[in-house]
Amino acid sequence: MEAYVSLFVKAVFIENLALSFFLGMCTFLAVSKKIPTAMGLGIAVMVVQAITVPANNFVYHTLLKEDALSWMGITGVDLSFLALLSCIGMIAALVQILEMILDKFFPALYFALGVFLPLITVNCAILGGSLFMIERDYNFGESVTYGIGSGLGWALAITVMAGVREKLKYSDIPAGLQGLGITFITAGLMSLGFMAFSGIQL
Amino acid sequence: MSEILNDETKKVLVEPLVDNNPITLQVLGICSALAVTSQMSTSLIMALALTLVTAFSSAAISAIRNHIPSSIRIIVQMIIIASLVIVVDQVLKAFAYEVSKQLSVFVGLIITNCIVMGRAEGYAMKNPPLESFMDGIGNGLGYSLILIVVAFFRELFGSGKLLGIEIIKLSKDGGWYDPNGLMLLPPSAFFIIGLIIWGVRQWKPKQVEKADFKIMSIAHGEGGHH
Repeated sequence: MEAYVSLFVKAVFIENLALSFFLGMCTFLAVSKKIPTAMGLGIAVMVVQAITVPANNFVYHTLLKEDALSWMGITGVDLSFLALLSCIGMIAALVQILEMILDKFFPALYFALGVFLPLITVNCAILGGSLFMIERDYNFGESVTYGIGSGLGWALAITVMAGVREKLKYSDIPAGLQGLGITFITAGLMSLGFMAFSGIQL
Repeated sequence: MSEILNDETKKVLVEPLVDNNPITLQVLGICSALAVTSQMSTSLIMALALTLVTAFSSAAISAIRNHIPSSIRIIVQMIIIASLVIVVDQVLKAFAYEVSKQLSVFVGLIITNCIVMGRAEGYAMKNPPLESFMDGIGNGLGYSLILIVVAFFRELFGSGKLLGIEIIKLSKDGGWYDPNGLMLLPPSAFFIIGLIIWGVRQWKPKQVEKADFKIMSIAHGEGGHH
Protein backbone atom coordinates (compact mmCIF):
# COMPACT_ATOMS: atom_id res chain seq x y z
CA MET A 1 0.00 0.00 0.00
CA GLU A 2 2.78 2.37 0.97
CA ALA A 3 4.47 1.86 -2.38
CA TYR A 4 1.31 3.01 -4.15
CA VAL A 5 1.00 6.14 -2.02
CA SER A 6 4.60 7.02 -2.72
CA LEU A 7 4.15 6.40 -6.44
CA PHE A 8 1.07 8.62 -6.39
CA VAL A 9 2.81 11.50 -4.65
CA LYS A 10 5.77 11.11 -6.97
CA ALA A 11 3.54 11.22 -10.05
CA VAL A 12 1.66 14.31 -8.84
CA PHE A 13 4.48 16.47 -7.53
CA ILE A 14 8.00 15.22 -8.08
CA GLU A 15 7.65 13.98 -11.62
CA ASN A 16 4.96 16.39 -12.67
CA LEU A 17 4.29 15.69 -16.34
CA ALA A 18 3.86 19.30 -17.33
CA LEU A 19 6.56 20.99 -15.31
CA SER A 20 9.38 18.50 -15.16
CA PHE A 21 8.87 16.54 -18.37
CA PHE A 22 7.21 19.33 -20.38
CA LEU A 23 4.49 17.04 -21.64
CA GLY A 24 1.30 18.50 -22.99
CA MET A 25 2.99 21.89 -23.27
CA CYS A 26 1.15 22.96 -26.40
CA THR A 27 -2.26 22.76 -24.78
CA PHE A 28 -0.76 23.84 -21.46
CA LEU A 29 0.25 27.16 -23.00
CA ALA A 30 -2.72 27.56 -25.31
CA VAL A 31 -5.60 26.77 -22.94
CA SER A 32 -4.37 28.39 -19.73
CA LYS A 33 -5.82 31.85 -20.13
CA LYS A 34 -8.87 31.34 -17.88
CA ILE A 35 -9.21 29.25 -14.73
CA PRO A 36 -12.56 27.53 -15.54
CA THR A 37 -11.43 26.34 -18.99
CA ALA A 38 -8.09 25.25 -17.61
CA MET A 39 -9.82 23.25 -14.89
CA GLY A 40 -12.19 21.66 -17.42
CA LEU A 41 -9.29 20.55 -19.56
CA GLY A 42 -7.37 19.40 -16.50
CA ILE A 43 -10.23 17.18 -15.37
CA ALA A 44 -10.66 15.79 -18.88
CA VAL A 45 -6.96 14.93 -19.04
CA MET A 46 -7.13 13.28 -15.64
CA VAL A 47 -10.10 11.11 -16.60
CA VAL A 48 -8.58 10.07 -19.91
CA GLN A 49 -5.19 9.42 -18.32
CA ALA A 50 -6.75 7.29 -15.58
CA ILE A 51 -8.42 5.12 -18.24
CA THR A 52 -5.77 4.94 -20.96
CA VAL A 53 -2.68 4.16 -18.89
CA PRO A 54 -4.17 0.98 -17.32
CA ALA A 55 -5.75 0.01 -20.67
CA ASN A 56 -2.42 0.33 -22.45
CA ASN A 57 -0.77 -1.54 -19.63
CA PHE A 58 -3.22 -4.40 -20.09
CA VAL A 59 -2.70 -4.55 -23.85
CA TYR A 60 1.05 -4.33 -23.52
CA HIS A 61 1.29 -7.08 -20.95
CA THR A 62 -1.13 -9.49 -22.61
CA LEU A 63 -0.24 -8.97 -26.28
CA LEU A 64 2.92 -7.07 -27.02
CA LYS A 65 5.60 -7.72 -24.43
CA GLU A 66 8.29 -10.29 -25.12
CA ASP A 67 6.77 -13.74 -24.63
CA ALA A 68 3.46 -12.15 -23.62
CA LEU A 69 1.61 -14.33 -26.10
CA SER A 70 2.60 -17.49 -24.25
CA TRP A 71 -0.95 -17.76 -22.85
CA MET A 72 -1.99 -18.54 -26.41
CA GLY A 73 0.78 -21.07 -26.78
CA ILE A 74 2.96 -18.81 -28.91
CA THR A 75 6.41 -18.24 -27.51
CA GLY A 76 9.46 -16.30 -28.58
CA VAL A 77 7.46 -13.47 -30.12
CA ASP A 78 8.40 -9.91 -29.21
CA LEU A 79 5.94 -7.37 -30.54
CA SER A 80 7.04 -4.56 -28.26
CA PHE A 81 8.06 -2.42 -31.23
CA LEU A 82 4.36 -2.08 -31.98
CA ALA A 83 3.80 -0.42 -28.62
CA LEU A 84 3.81 3.09 -30.09
CA LEU A 85 1.19 2.24 -32.65
CA SER A 86 -1.01 0.34 -30.22
CA CYS A 87 -0.79 3.06 -27.57
CA ILE A 88 -1.83 5.87 -29.86
CA GLY A 89 -4.55 3.74 -31.44
CA MET A 90 -5.85 2.81 -28.01
CA ILE A 91 -5.88 6.43 -26.90
CA ALA A 92 -7.65 7.64 -30.03
CA ALA A 93 -10.25 4.89 -29.75
CA LEU A 94 -10.84 5.34 -26.01
CA VAL A 95 -11.24 9.09 -26.34
CA GLN A 96 -13.79 8.50 -29.08
CA ILE A 97 -15.70 5.96 -26.98
CA LEU A 98 -15.55 8.16 -23.90
CA GLU A 99 -16.98 10.99 -25.95
CA MET A 100 -19.89 8.83 -27.10
CA ILE A 101 -20.61 7.50 -23.59
CA LEU A 102 -20.56 10.97 -22.11
CA ASP A 103 -22.81 12.23 -24.88
CA LYS A 104 -25.33 9.48 -24.23
CA PHE A 105 -25.36 9.23 -20.44
CA PHE A 106 -23.88 12.42 -19.02
CA PRO A 107 -24.83 15.20 -21.43
CA ALA A 108 -24.01 17.96 -18.92
CA LEU A 109 -20.48 16.69 -18.46
CA TYR A 110 -20.21 16.18 -22.19
CA PHE A 111 -20.97 19.79 -22.88
CA ALA A 112 -18.54 20.91 -20.22
CA LEU A 113 -15.69 18.78 -21.53
CA GLY A 114 -16.84 18.38 -25.11
CA VAL A 115 -14.48 20.83 -26.77
CA PHE A 116 -11.43 19.43 -25.04
CA LEU A 117 -11.92 15.73 -25.60
CA PRO A 118 -10.76 15.56 -29.23
CA LEU A 119 -7.79 17.78 -28.33
CA ILE A 120 -6.70 15.23 -25.80
CA THR A 121 -5.86 12.55 -28.37
CA VAL A 122 -2.90 14.58 -29.51
CA ASN A 123 -1.92 15.75 -26.03
CA CYS A 124 1.58 14.44 -25.41
CA ALA A 125 0.88 14.08 -21.69
CA ILE A 126 -1.49 11.20 -22.41
CA LEU A 127 0.82 9.32 -24.75
CA GLY A 128 3.78 10.24 -22.55
CA GLY A 129 2.08 8.72 -19.50
CA SER A 130 1.55 5.45 -21.34
CA LEU A 131 5.11 5.38 -22.66
CA PHE A 132 6.56 6.08 -19.22
CA MET A 133 4.41 3.26 -17.88
CA ILE A 134 5.97 0.90 -20.47
CA GLU A 135 9.49 2.16 -19.96
CA ARG A 136 9.30 1.81 -16.18
CA ASP A 137 7.57 -1.55 -16.43
CA TYR A 138 4.68 -0.80 -14.06
CA ASN A 139 2.29 -3.60 -13.16
CA PHE A 140 -1.46 -3.11 -13.45
CA GLY A 141 -2.02 -1.69 -9.97
CA GLU A 142 0.88 0.71 -10.35
CA SER A 143 -0.36 1.81 -13.74
CA VAL A 144 -3.78 2.76 -12.29
CA THR A 145 -2.06 4.78 -9.57
CA TYR A 146 0.33 6.38 -12.02
CA GLY A 147 -2.47 7.23 -14.45
CA ILE A 148 -4.56 9.00 -11.83
CA GLY A 149 -1.57 10.66 -10.21
CA SER A 150 0.05 11.99 -13.35
CA GLY A 151 -3.30 13.25 -14.65
CA LEU A 152 -3.95 15.03 -11.36
CA GLY A 153 -0.48 16.56 -11.47
CA TRP A 154 -1.08 17.92 -14.95
CA ALA A 155 -4.49 19.28 -13.98
CA LEU A 156 -2.96 20.97 -10.94
CA ALA A 157 -0.20 22.56 -13.01
CA ILE A 158 -2.52 23.97 -15.68
CA THR A 159 -4.95 25.34 -13.09
CA VAL A 160 -2.17 27.10 -11.19
CA MET A 161 -0.78 28.42 -14.45
CA ALA A 162 -4.18 29.83 -15.43
CA GLY A 163 -4.42 31.51 -12.03
CA VAL A 164 -1.07 33.19 -12.50
CA ARG A 165 -1.93 34.26 -16.03
CA GLU A 166 -5.19 35.82 -14.92
CA LYS A 167 -3.21 37.98 -12.50
CA LEU A 168 -0.63 38.77 -15.19
CA LYS A 169 -3.23 40.86 -17.00
CA TYR A 170 -2.54 43.62 -14.51
CA SER A 171 1.20 43.74 -15.05
CA ASP A 172 3.10 45.99 -17.39
CA ILE A 173 5.00 43.64 -19.68
CA PRO A 174 7.54 44.77 -22.33
CA ALA A 175 5.99 44.61 -25.80
CA GLY A 176 8.21 41.81 -27.08
CA LEU A 177 7.48 39.59 -24.11
CA GLN A 178 3.72 40.06 -24.32
CA GLY A 179 1.77 36.82 -24.56
CA LEU A 180 3.92 33.80 -25.28
CA GLY A 181 7.23 35.13 -23.97
CA ILE A 182 6.04 35.97 -20.49
CA THR A 183 4.06 32.73 -20.35
CA PHE A 184 7.23 30.77 -20.90
CA ILE A 185 9.06 32.65 -18.19
CA THR A 186 6.15 32.15 -15.78
CA ALA A 187 6.13 28.44 -16.56
CA GLY A 188 9.87 28.40 -15.91
CA LEU A 189 9.39 29.96 -12.48
CA MET A 190 6.62 27.49 -11.66
CA SER A 191 8.81 24.65 -12.79
CA LEU A 192 11.54 25.99 -10.51
CA GLY A 193 9.02 25.88 -7.69
CA PHE A 194 8.15 22.28 -8.45
CA MET A 195 11.87 21.42 -8.47
CA ALA A 196 11.70 21.95 -4.72
CA PHE A 197 9.76 18.69 -4.45
CA SER A 198 12.53 16.75 -6.13
CA GLY A 199 14.54 16.52 -2.93
CA ILE A 200 11.76 14.63 -1.16
CA GLN A 201 12.63 11.02 -0.52
CA LEU A 202 9.68 8.75 -0.07
CA MET B 1 18.04 22.22 -59.36
CA SER B 2 16.63 25.61 -60.27
CA GLU B 3 13.43 23.96 -61.32
CA ILE B 4 13.00 22.18 -58.01
CA LEU B 5 13.80 25.26 -55.98
CA ASN B 6 11.18 27.55 -57.49
CA ASP B 7 9.76 30.43 -55.51
CA GLU B 8 7.08 28.42 -53.73
CA THR B 9 9.47 25.73 -52.55
CA LYS B 10 11.99 28.31 -51.45
CA LYS B 11 9.31 30.13 -49.53
CA VAL B 12 8.09 27.05 -47.68
CA LEU B 13 11.68 26.09 -46.94
CA VAL B 14 12.95 29.43 -45.61
CA GLU B 15 9.90 31.01 -44.06
CA PRO B 16 9.60 28.68 -41.03
CA LEU B 17 13.15 29.51 -39.94
CA VAL B 18 12.43 32.92 -38.41
CA ASP B 19 9.38 34.54 -39.95
CA ASN B 20 7.00 31.72 -39.16
CA ASN B 21 8.96 29.59 -36.75
CA PRO B 22 6.96 26.60 -35.49
CA ILE B 23 8.12 27.05 -31.89
CA THR B 24 8.34 30.77 -31.29
CA LEU B 25 5.38 31.86 -33.37
CA GLN B 26 3.11 28.92 -34.08
CA VAL B 27 3.61 27.51 -30.53
CA LEU B 28 3.89 23.94 -31.79
CA GLY B 29 6.08 21.10 -30.66
CA ILE B 30 7.27 22.69 -27.48
CA CYS B 31 7.09 19.55 -25.36
CA SER B 32 10.16 17.91 -26.76
CA ALA B 33 11.95 21.18 -27.48
CA LEU B 34 12.34 21.63 -23.75
CA ALA B 35 13.00 18.14 -22.58
CA VAL B 36 15.88 16.98 -24.74
CA THR B 37 17.94 20.16 -24.85
CA SER B 38 20.28 19.68 -21.91
CA GLN B 39 22.88 18.26 -24.31
CA MET B 40 23.79 19.12 -27.88
CA SER B 41 24.07 15.50 -29.04
CA THR B 42 20.57 14.48 -27.97
CA SER B 43 19.04 17.60 -29.45
CA LEU B 44 20.82 17.12 -32.77
CA ILE B 45 19.49 13.57 -33.03
CA MET B 46 16.03 14.70 -31.98
CA ALA B 47 16.08 17.54 -34.52
CA LEU B 48 17.14 15.19 -37.28
CA ALA B 49 14.50 12.62 -36.34
CA LEU B 50 11.73 15.18 -36.24
CA THR B 51 12.75 16.80 -39.53
CA LEU B 52 12.76 13.44 -41.30
CA VAL B 53 9.44 12.35 -39.83
CA THR B 54 7.77 15.66 -40.67
CA ALA B 55 9.10 15.68 -44.23
CA PHE B 56 8.24 12.08 -45.07
CA SER B 57 4.88 12.06 -43.32
CA SER B 58 3.89 15.28 -45.11
CA ALA B 59 4.94 13.81 -48.44
CA ALA B 60 3.10 10.53 -47.80
CA ILE B 61 -0.07 12.18 -46.56
CA SER B 62 -0.08 14.63 -49.42
CA ALA B 63 0.36 11.81 -51.93
CA ILE B 64 -2.85 10.12 -50.76
CA ARG B 65 -4.69 13.29 -49.73
CA ASN B 66 -7.40 12.90 -52.36
CA HIS B 67 -8.27 9.41 -51.17
CA ILE B 68 -8.57 10.08 -47.43
CA PRO B 69 -12.19 10.46 -46.29
CA SER B 70 -12.23 13.58 -44.17
CA SER B 71 -14.02 11.95 -41.24
CA ILE B 72 -11.15 9.57 -40.51
CA ARG B 73 -8.26 11.73 -41.68
CA ILE B 74 -6.80 12.26 -38.21
CA ILE B 75 -6.54 8.50 -37.65
CA VAL B 76 -4.98 7.99 -41.08
CA GLN B 77 -2.45 10.74 -40.48
CA MET B 78 -1.67 9.32 -37.09
CA ILE B 79 -1.06 5.81 -38.43
CA ILE B 80 1.34 7.14 -41.08
CA ILE B 81 3.19 9.26 -38.54
CA ALA B 82 3.30 6.47 -35.97
CA SER B 83 4.72 4.02 -38.51
CA LEU B 84 7.47 6.47 -39.45
CA VAL B 85 8.26 7.08 -35.80
CA ILE B 86 8.54 3.34 -35.19
CA VAL B 87 11.09 3.17 -38.01
CA VAL B 88 13.08 6.05 -36.49
CA ASP B 89 12.85 4.48 -33.04
CA GLN B 90 14.10 1.10 -34.25
CA VAL B 91 16.94 2.66 -36.25
CA LEU B 92 18.04 4.64 -33.20
CA LYS B 93 17.90 1.56 -30.98
CA ALA B 94 20.02 -0.32 -33.50
CA PHE B 95 22.68 2.27 -34.27
CA ALA B 96 22.68 4.80 -31.44
CA TYR B 97 21.54 2.88 -28.40
CA GLU B 98 23.02 5.28 -25.82
CA VAL B 99 21.29 8.30 -27.32
CA SER B 100 18.04 6.42 -27.69
CA LYS B 101 18.17 5.58 -23.96
CA GLN B 102 18.71 9.24 -23.12
CA LEU B 103 15.89 10.38 -25.35
CA SER B 104 13.70 7.74 -23.65
CA VAL B 105 10.05 8.38 -24.40
CA PHE B 106 10.62 11.54 -26.39
CA VAL B 107 11.23 9.75 -29.68
CA GLY B 108 7.85 8.08 -29.31
CA LEU B 109 6.35 11.43 -28.49
CA ILE B 110 7.17 12.69 -31.98
CA ILE B 111 3.84 11.04 -32.84
CA THR B 112 1.96 13.64 -30.86
CA ASN B 113 4.35 16.43 -31.69
CA CYS B 114 2.06 19.16 -32.88
CA ILE B 115 4.47 20.23 -35.63
CA VAL B 116 4.07 16.94 -37.47
CA MET B 117 0.29 16.86 -37.10
CA GLY B 118 0.00 20.58 -37.71
CA ARG B 119 1.88 20.46 -41.00
CA ALA B 120 0.04 17.33 -42.12
CA GLU B 121 -3.32 18.90 -41.40
CA GLY B 122 -2.48 22.47 -42.36
CA TYR B 123 -0.29 22.06 -45.42
CA ALA B 124 0.03 18.51 -46.73
CA MET B 125 -3.74 17.99 -47.04
CA LYS B 126 -3.93 20.84 -49.54
CA ASN B 127 -0.67 20.73 -51.47
CA PRO B 128 1.20 18.33 -53.79
CA PRO B 129 3.81 15.93 -52.36
CA LEU B 130 7.01 17.74 -53.34
CA GLU B 131 5.99 21.07 -51.81
CA SER B 132 4.71 19.27 -48.72
CA PHE B 133 8.03 17.49 -48.40
CA MET B 134 9.86 20.82 -48.57
CA ASP B 135 7.42 22.36 -46.10
CA GLY B 136 8.14 19.48 -43.74
CA ILE B 137 11.89 20.01 -44.10
CA GLY B 138 11.50 23.75 -43.57
CA ASN B 139 9.42 23.40 -40.43
CA GLY B 140 11.72 20.67 -39.17
CA LEU B 141 14.66 23.03 -39.65
CA GLY B 142 12.87 25.86 -37.86
CA TYR B 143 12.33 23.51 -34.92
CA SER B 144 15.94 22.29 -35.14
CA LEU B 145 17.25 25.84 -35.07
CA ILE B 146 15.55 26.64 -31.76
CA LEU B 147 16.48 23.25 -30.31
CA ILE B 148 20.16 23.68 -31.17
CA VAL B 149 20.35 27.26 -29.88
CA VAL B 150 18.75 26.24 -26.58
CA ALA B 151 20.98 23.18 -26.28
CA PHE B 152 24.06 25.28 -27.08
CA PHE B 153 23.46 27.57 -24.11
CA ARG B 154 22.35 24.81 -21.77
CA GLU B 155 25.29 22.52 -22.41
CA LEU B 156 27.90 25.28 -22.60
CA PHE B 157 26.90 27.02 -19.38
CA GLY B 158 25.63 23.94 -17.60
CA SER B 159 28.64 21.70 -18.05
CA GLY B 160 31.22 23.72 -19.97
CA LYS B 161 31.04 21.33 -22.90
CA LEU B 162 29.70 21.24 -26.43
CA LEU B 163 28.85 17.87 -27.95
CA GLY B 164 30.71 16.32 -25.01
CA ILE B 165 33.95 18.17 -25.82
CA GLU B 166 35.28 20.45 -23.12
CA ILE B 167 35.13 24.12 -24.12
CA ILE B 168 35.45 25.93 -20.82
CA LYS B 169 37.61 24.28 -18.18
CA LEU B 170 35.57 23.73 -15.03
CA SER B 171 36.89 24.89 -11.69
CA LYS B 172 36.78 21.39 -10.28
CA ASP B 173 39.27 20.35 -12.98
CA GLY B 174 41.56 23.30 -12.31
CA GLY B 175 39.89 25.79 -14.67
CA TRP B 176 38.06 28.99 -13.81
CA TYR B 177 34.43 28.28 -14.69
CA ASP B 178 31.88 27.27 -12.09
CA PRO B 179 29.12 25.48 -13.98
CA ASN B 180 25.62 26.86 -13.60
CA GLY B 181 23.66 23.86 -12.38
CA LEU B 182 20.33 25.53 -13.16
CA MET B 183 21.11 25.22 -16.87
CA LEU B 184 20.89 21.45 -16.62
CA LEU B 185 17.53 21.57 -14.87
CA PRO B 186 14.23 21.76 -16.76
CA PRO B 187 13.29 25.38 -15.85
CA SER B 188 16.24 26.87 -17.71
CA ALA B 189 14.78 25.67 -21.02
CA PHE B 190 11.64 27.70 -20.33
CA PHE B 191 13.69 30.81 -19.59
CA ILE B 192 15.91 30.45 -22.65
CA ILE B 193 12.98 29.93 -25.02
CA GLY B 194 11.15 32.84 -23.39
CA LEU B 195 14.18 35.06 -23.96
CA ILE B 196 14.60 33.83 -27.55
CA ILE B 197 10.98 34.74 -28.23
CA TRP B 198 11.61 38.16 -26.73
CA GLY B 199 14.69 38.65 -28.91
CA VAL B 200 12.96 37.52 -32.10
CA ARG B 201 10.00 39.79 -31.44
CA GLN B 202 12.19 42.82 -30.81
CA TRP B 203 13.84 42.08 -34.13
CA LYS B 204 10.56 41.44 -35.98
CA PRO B 205 7.99 43.69 -34.25
CA LYS B 206 5.31 42.31 -36.54
CA GLN B 207 5.18 39.15 -34.40
CA VAL B 208 4.40 41.00 -31.16
CA GLU B 209 1.08 39.94 -29.65
CA LYS B 210 -1.46 42.57 -28.73
CA ALA B 211 -1.99 42.95 -25.02
CA ASP B 212 -5.37 41.75 -23.81
CA PHE B 213 -5.59 44.65 -21.44
CA LYS B 214 -4.12 48.11 -21.50
CA ILE B 215 -2.53 49.34 -18.29
CA MET B 216 -3.65 52.84 -17.38
CA SER B 217 -1.14 55.08 -15.71
CA ILE B 218 -2.22 56.46 -12.34
CA ALA B 219 -1.89 60.10 -13.49
CA HIS B 220 -4.88 59.91 -15.81
CA GLY B 221 -6.40 56.69 -14.63
CA GLU B 222 -9.95 57.89 -14.17
CA GLY B 223 -11.24 54.57 -15.54
CA GLY B 224 -9.20 52.47 -13.12
CA HIS B 225 -11.38 50.74 -10.58
CA HIS B 226 -10.19 49.94 -7.10
